[in-house]
Amino acid sequence: MDFANYDPAGARRSREIISAKIVVAGGFGVGKTTLVGAISEITPLTTEALMTAAGVGIDDPSKVPGKETTTVAMDFGRITMAEDLILYLFGTPGQTRFWFMWDEIIRGAVGAAVLVDTRRITDAFAPLDYFENRNLPYVVALNRFDGAPQYEVEEVREALAIPPDVPLVMCDARQRESVKQVLVTVVEHAMLRLQAEHGRGFPTPVG
Amino acid sequence: MEPRRDPRGALVRPYAVTRGRTEPLQNIALEAVLSCTATQVAEARFAGHDKYRIASVCEGRAQSLAEIAAYTRMPLGVARVLVADLVAEGLLTLHTAAPAEGFEERMNLLGRVLSGLREL
Repeated sequence: MDFANYDPAGARRSREIISAKIVVAGGFGVGKTTLVGAISEITPLTTEALMTAAGVGIDDPSKVPGKETTTVAMDFGRITMAEDLILYLFGTPGQTRFWFMWDEIIRGAVGAAVLVDTRRITDAFAPLDYFENRNLPYVVALNRFDGAPQYEVEEVREALAIPPDVPLVMCDARQRESVKQVLVTVVEHAMLRLQAEHGRGFPTPVG
Repeated sequence: MEPRRDPRGALVRPYAVTRGRTEPLQNIALEAVLSCTATQVAEARFAGHDKYRIASVCEGRAQSLAEIAAYTRMPLGVARVLVADLVAEGLLTLHTAAPAEGFEERMNLLGRVLSGLREL
């Protein structure tokens, strides 16, 4: 990787590096950073976006009342899959008043996992609404908290009115294998969606 | 995830390092990766302290815009302006974020990500 000669257009260009991202969404304190940390090769990093007057124009400025600048933190992790392929996992800012940032985070993403805490199921309404109105493939992952009431997956689907074609999985955001399965589900769902949209092969799965 | 206050206070206005510019020369995605060579880092020394810090972070290891902002502790928007400048100046190499168009390319990428995850 460490070429001493300065030749950005030649040797380096032939070794393109592609990055992909998966978005982890959900209400505040639902375990997004825990999930990212369970699988990321680096300790989750925080990047701070500064909302200035210029940035506020992207969305409704009334969501940040009485302030010219606000700092919004988002956490993310990284999985280097190959020398030329890196997967990033981005957690959305949890507080609803920062949703104007989500549009930038989801742009170009493979898909999203919406994390749900069964103890505070109503916190999931707003993130689910958001993704229902976007074209990004998403899955819903129920994060099992110790001592939380256990629901059947289909009960939760009904309670949250999750469309039948949206995958719903149980997970433990602390467990690497479990998180891996959530991410695999996101990518598989994205592939199915893409194939369905392309009008060949798989029909959109029902139920 | 709480909004934070800089404990140093507002001694330096965030966009002072970009001389007040808030619009990058090109819009770089959060996950777009950048890298540079030792030679590029050496040249970046003359581009100013903040740009040099960015180049140093990317030496020998591709880093996303998000990582650059996190490691240098710059707000994302500020890092984006400086990174775009460095790319324009030939001091940083921009690699592509995921291809947004083309069914085959997109499927191929998703397939690679899927097998990458399964191999973890």
